[in-house]
Amino acid sequence: MMPPKFSDWFARQGWTPHPHQIALLHATGDSLLIAPTGGGKTLAGFLPSLIELAEGWDGLHTLYVSPLKALTHDIARNLARPVADLAIPVRIEDRTGDTGAARRARQRVDPPQILLTTPESLALMLSYERAPVMFGNLRRVVLDELHALAESKRGDQLMLGLARLRRLAPQLRVTGLSATVQQPAALAEFMGGATVIHADPGPAPDIAMLPTRTAPPWAGGGGRYAVPDVLDAVRDARTTIIFINTRAQAELFFQAIWAANDDNLPIGLHHGSLSHEARARVEAAMAAGELRAVVATGSLDLGIDWGNVDLVIQVGAPKNVKRLVQRIGRANHRYNAPSRARIVPANRFEVIECVAALQAVAEGDLDGDGRGPVAASGGLDVLCQQILLTACAGPFAADALFAEVTTAGPYRALSRADFDACVDFCATGGYALRGYDRWQRLVLGDGLWRLRDPRSARLIRMNVGTITAPEMLRVRRRGRGGAPLGEVEEAFAATLTPGDTFLIGGQTVRYDRLRDMVVEVTPQPGRDPRIAVFNGLKLATSTELSARVLALIGDRAAWSALPPDIRDWLDLQDRISVLPRPGTLTCETFPRAGQWHFCAYSFAGRNANQTLGLLLTRRMEQDGLGPLGFVATDYALLIWSVDPVRDAARLLSGDALRDGFAKWLSDNALMKRSFRSVATIAGLLQRNLPGQRKTGKQATFSSDIVYDTLRRYDPNHILLRITEQQAATGLVDFGRIEHMLAARDQVVLAQAPHVTPLAAPLLLEAGRVPIRGEGRLRIAMAEANALMAEMQAGG
Amino acid sequence: MSGFDFDFHGLRLTALSSGALLSGDHATLIAADLHLGRSLRSTRDGGLPLPPFETIDTLTRLETEVQRHRPRRVVLLGDSFDSDAVRMHLPSAALSGLDRIAAATDLVLVSGNHDPGAGLPAQLWLGEVALRHIAGEGPDISGHYHPKLRIAGASFPVFLISHRHIVLPAFGTYTGGMFWSEPALQRLMPSGIAIAATHRPFAIPLAHKRVT
Repeated sequence: MMPPKFSDWFARQGWTPHPHQIALLHATGDSLLIAPTGGGKTLAGFLPSLIELAEGWDGLHTLYVSPLKALTHDIARNLARPVADLAIPVRIEDRTGDTGAARRARQRVDPPQILLTTPESLALMLSYERAPVMFGNLRRVVLDELHALAESKRGDQLMLGLARLRRLAPQLRVTGLSATVQQPAALAEFMGGATVIHADPGPAPDIAMLPTRTAPPWAGGGGRYAVPDVLDAVRDARTTIIFINTRAQAELFFQAIWAANDDNLPIGLHHGSLSHEARARVEAAMAAGELRAVVATGSLDLGIDWGNVDLVIQVGAPKNVKRLVQRIGRANHRYNAPSRARIVPANRFEVIECVAALQAVAEGDLDGDGRGPVAASGGLDVLCQQILLTACAGPFAADALFAEVTTAGPYRALSRADFDACVDFCATGGYALRGYDRWQRLVLGDGLWRLRDPRSARLIRMNVGTITAPEMLRVRRRGRGGAPLGEVEEAFAATLTPGDTFLIGGQTVRYDRLRDMVVEVTPQPGRDPRIAVFNGLKLATSTELSARVLALIGDRAAWSALPPDIRDWLDLQDRISVLPRPGTLTCETFPRAGQWHFCAYSFAGRNANQTLGLLLTRRMEQDGLGPLGFVATDYALLIWSVDPVRDAARLLSGDALRDGFAKWLSDNALMKRSFRSVATIAGLLQRNLPGQRKTGKQATFSSDIVYDTLRRYDPNHILLRITEQQAATGLVDFGRIEHMLAARDQVVLAQAPHVTPLAAPLLLEAGRVPIRGEGRLRIAMAEANALMAEMQAGG
Repeated sequence: MSGFDFDFHGLRLTALSSGALLSGDHATLIAADLHLGRSLRSTRDGGLPLPPFETIDTLTRLETEVQRHRPRRVVLLGDSFDSDAVRMHLPSAALSGLDRIAAATDLVLVSGNHDPGAGLPAQLWLGEVALRHIAGEGPDISGHYHPKLRIAGASFPVFLISHRHIVLPAFGTYTGGMFWSEPALQRLMPSGIAIAATHRPFAIPLAHKRVT
C-alpha cells in the first residue's frame, strides 16, 4: 500500500510506480527482484523502508549491502532527494573501509536509521560484542547487485552475515536486487529462499559495432586504433561511459584519447587502482554532469546510477554476454528508451568474439551462471574466518553456530564433520602434530568457545574479507607529502629500474626509488611510458560464448557475418598454419624472440587450459624442452620454451596426461596461488595491506613455504583439502580436458614460420604463469655469466 | 647437490646449494639463521598459528648436510632459535636432530639478536676470519640479513661475498629474505659477487643495474 504522501510525490515527479515497485511493497516475505539496470531497482528496494521510516524509528532500521564502496556513496546521494522532499526523519550514513575510526565507533553506539555498507564491513561490524544491540531492531536488509556477489566468496561471507542478522533480528525482511540472470531460482536459493519478482525487461537495446576508420590490429588489447571514432561518438552523445576490460588498457586508452582530444572535451578516468580521492573526484564530476565521458573498468561496472548517460562504449571483447547486457543497461536510465551501446573490438580475434556476442544478445541467449549447485558451494575458508570473527564477538556454542550457519544458502548442505574440522582449525591450527595446544587460539570452557587471548581479536579483524589480490605497493609523487597516485602490483614494481617510465592515473611518471614499500615517482610529461602497469581483473569468457566463437571460426559458411578483413585474416591463418576445426585439436609451433612457442586451440575454457598448461609444461620439463612459462585464455594455451615441441600427439595423449594429473597436486604454481588465497581467508596467513609492510623485513616468508611444509608433513590438513577441492571445481577443471580430448581426438600440429594471426593476441595476454624449472635457471645462469664477463672486461 | 668454491682471506670455502658454507680445510660446516621454533613463537604470542613442522624440517636438512660432508665442527651463526623463550618450550622430539648433530660433531652456537641471552659466545675465529651473527669490521662470515637477489625475472637466496664480508642466506625453513637492493645490504655490500643457493650454485656480479 503506498501512502498518499508517497503517491503524491511520485505524481509530482511525473512518475508512475513500476509494477515491480508495487509488488515489492506488497511482499510479505523475502524477495528477489530481477530488473535491468535503470529499472528503478534501488528505489524499489528502499521504498518499503522509507514508508516505514516516515513514522520515525529508533535505531537501525535498514541495512543496505553492495559490493562497491562507490555504490554506497551513490545510493546516499540518490536517496537524499525523496527523503528531503518527503521530510522523512531519517539519518543515512555509509560504513565502508574508508569510514574513519571515530565515526565507526559512534555508529556502533548510535547507528543511523539507514546504514549503507559492504560485505566486509558488515562482517567486521558483526564481530563486535555490541552487534546484538546494534542490529537487534533491524527490520530490512537490501542486498544490491546480488548477481555479482553470488559469483564469489564475498557472497558466501555476506550470506553468513545474513544468517547472523536473521538470528539477531528474527523479524528481518530481506530484499535482493539483481540484474538479469539465467537462473533466478538458484539466486533466490543462494539468499536462503525468496520470492522472485521480475521487472519488465524494457525495450530491446540498440547495440552494434562502432564503425571505425581503420580495421582493428592483429593483436593488442587497447583498442587505441579506434580513438578518433570513439571521440566522434562521445561528441555526438550527451554522456558516455567507455568500458575497458583491464586497468592497464584503461590507462593507455585514456592517454590516447586525451592526445587526440582537440576539443578538450571533459573526459575522466576511473579504475580500482586509482587512489580513493581520484575516484571520488571523477564520481562527483560525473554526478554533477561535468564530464562528457569517463573511461572506466569494472570499478564502474555495477549499478552506479548516472542518470544522464546515454551511450555505453565497450572497448575490447565483452568476454561474457551477461556482462555485456548489464553494461548496456548503464545507458539511458529512462526506463522506456532503448539503451544505446557500441562495441569496439580491440583486435581481429575479438571481432569474431564481438560478432558472436552480438548474435547471442539478439537471440536473448545469456550465459549460464558461474556457480554450480548453490547449496554445496560455500567456501570452508570463508567459514573459518566466520568462526574466528564470531569468537571476537564473544563466547559461542558450536551447536548454535552450526545451526545458524546452515541456514545460509551456500552452507545448507554443510556437514557437521566439515564444520567441526573448521572449528578445530580455528582453535588449534588443526595440525597432525599436537605440540602447541597450550597456546591454541580458541579455548573451550563450559561448552563455549572463546579467544584464549582477547587481544588476538585485533589481528583477526585486520584480516577480514575474502578478496585476496596480488600484493600491491602504493605509488606516490616524490618529495615531502607527495600526492598518492594509486597502486601497482609488487611484481611489476620489481621489474622497474630507476629512470623507467610508466603510466598511472593518466600521466607518465618516472620511477625514482622504492622507499618504505612505497614506489616514489616524478611526473614526466611527454615521455613515452616504457610499459603499462597492473594486470587488473581478468575476465573469463563464458563457456557459451567460447563455443559460439569456435563454431563461427570453424564454419566458413558462417563467415558472411564477419567483416571482409577478418575473413582475409582467417584465410591467412589457414595459409601459414592451420584453422581450428571441429573434431580436431589444432596446435601450432613457431619461433619468436629466441624462444619456441607452442599453441593449442582447445576452446576448453581458461581453467581447463590452465591445468593443461601445468600438465604439459611438466611433461616438457621431463622431456628436457626447458618450458619457461605459459598463458591460458578461454580459447587457447600458449607455452614458451627453450626447445620446440615436435610430437604434439604424444604430448597430448590422454593416458600420459592422466598419469601426470595424479602426481600433479604435489607441486604447481596454481595450487600455491590457490593455497595462498585459502590460507589468508581462513586466517593462517596475514593479509598484506598496501604500505603496511616494513622495508625488507626478513621475518615475512612466502606462503609457498607454508604450502610445501604442510604437503610434506601434514598432507591431510584441512587447508590442503579446501585448496584441492576449490582447485578441482574451479582452477583445475580436468573433466573438461578429458571431454575435449575425447571429442577432438585428432591432434593436428602445424609448424608456422613465425607468429600466426590467431596466436598474436595470446602474446599480449596478462596472467602468465612462469615455470621455475631448469629452463629458467639456464637463462638466469646465462645472464649471470654474461654480466660476469661484462664486469671482468670492464674492470 | 653441489657447491661453489672460492677463496676468502686464506680460507678455501664452498658455498653449498642448501645455503650452508663449508670450510674443507677446517672440517667446519657453517649455517646461519635457523630460527628454530618460529611457528611456536607466533602461536604463543597470539599471532598466526603457523604449521609447527619447520623445526623438524630445518634440522633434517642440516643433518643431511652433516652426513654428506662429515664436518668435525658445526657452527650456527646466531638466530638459531627464534627466541630464547621458545628454546625452553620446544618439544624435545622436535630437537632430536640437533642432539644427533651435537653428538656427532663439535656443535657451536653463536648468539644472535633473536637468541642473545642463552650464554652463547658472540663470535669465534676461523684463522683470521671472525664468525659472528651480524657483520662487523671484517673479515668476517655472518648471517642476520637473509639475503636474496633478483636476476632475469627469477629470485634466489644468495651468499653475498665482498673483500671484507661473507653474508650467508638463512638456513631456516620459515625465513623470508631481504633483497640485495635494500639500503641495509647496499651499504654493507656495495659490490662483490653473490652465489645463488640453488641446486646448481652460480655466481652473479653485484653492482649491476640488471641485478636487484
